[in-house]
Amino acid sequence: MKKTMREAFIASIPVMMGYIVLGMAFGMLLESEGYSFLYALAMSVFIYAGSMQFVAINLLTSGATVINTIIMTLLINARHLVYGLSMIKKFEDMGKLKPYMIFSLTDETYSLLVSAKTPEGCNQKYYLFFISLFDQCYWILGSLAGSIIGSLLTINTTGLDFAMTALFIVIVLDQYLTTDKHLYTYIGFGISIACLVIFGSEAFIIPSMIGIILSLIYVYQKGGKENA
Amino acid sequence: MHEIILISVMACVTFLTRVLPFFIFKSKSYPIIEYLGDVLPYAIMAMLVVYCLRSVELFSGNHGICEMIGVGSVNLLHLIKRNTLLSIIGGTVIYMLCVQIIFI
Repeated sequence: MKKTMREAFIASIPVMMGYIVLGMAFGMLLESEGYSFLYALAMSVFIYAGSMQFVAINLLTSGATVINTIIMTLLINARHLVYGLSMIKKFEDMGKLKPYMIFSLTDETYSLLVSAKTPEGCNQKYYLFFISLFDQCYWILGSLAGSIIGSLLTINTTGLDFAMTALFIVIVLDQYLTTDKHLYTYIGFGISIACLVIFGSEAFIIPSMIGIILSLIYVYQKGGKENA
Repeated sequence: MHEIILISVMACVTFLTRVLPFFIFKSKSYPIIEYLGDVLPYAIMAMLVVYCLRSVELFSGNHGICEMIGVGSVNLLHLIKRNTLLSIIGGTVIYMLCVQIIFI
């Protein structure tokens, strides 16, 4: 178990860098709007969704209605529907840990789990669980740190959030180098860049996901599953 | 009080979006869903890279030079060393140096 925890910790380091920085940014923003660290804690423990929590600050300060909040949450988190699709198999054997694995499936945790290869001598179930758990701990620590000591901090962290971009790039590159499923990578890049140009940077994710799923189904029906 | 209600609503709806696919495709396995589960990670990871770089301004400001240098160094480091942590930390440090020192 110790080895499993250690290996999961090593696998989660890229997300640690990103989450502590982003979490701190969230905590600082929330604190600057006059909410105590208890709000940051509650939100990072119970909502645990990066971009949603930034939007949540706006919803809270503007005193949004419940209906409005539901619609915003659905729109921002609709992409989670797609993450679940590729985890149905992977989470099959998680047993009692499954609800937590589903609850904690953020973009970054998804990216780690997708590419996770359980090291030899580690228990796969706990390896995946600890990756997910550590990730949430970083997010909670970051947001607490941001709301408590954020205003005292003087280190220039500009650009540190690039760690998340770098993590995603490394995963794509690894997928590209270790398999020959390049068609799907091209579909992902092609459709999301097209949607970014058409719909703009704030609204392209949902059209991209719909486009990607439709294209993948098209490839499937063309018999691409055997050829790709 | 209203704030606590809003936070609870956001927590519940967020969980709902995460649990829904598991709930819908729980009982039976469909070949198309298995296929999507298999190939979606490739396409979605590519999409997440685009998502991270979505606010780069190619035609104004720094023309995304730091991002290009950052993306380039991550790729280069990874092609040479194949060490995930090294590629991420190295690329991030180079990007930070670029945005903090060179372009201010």
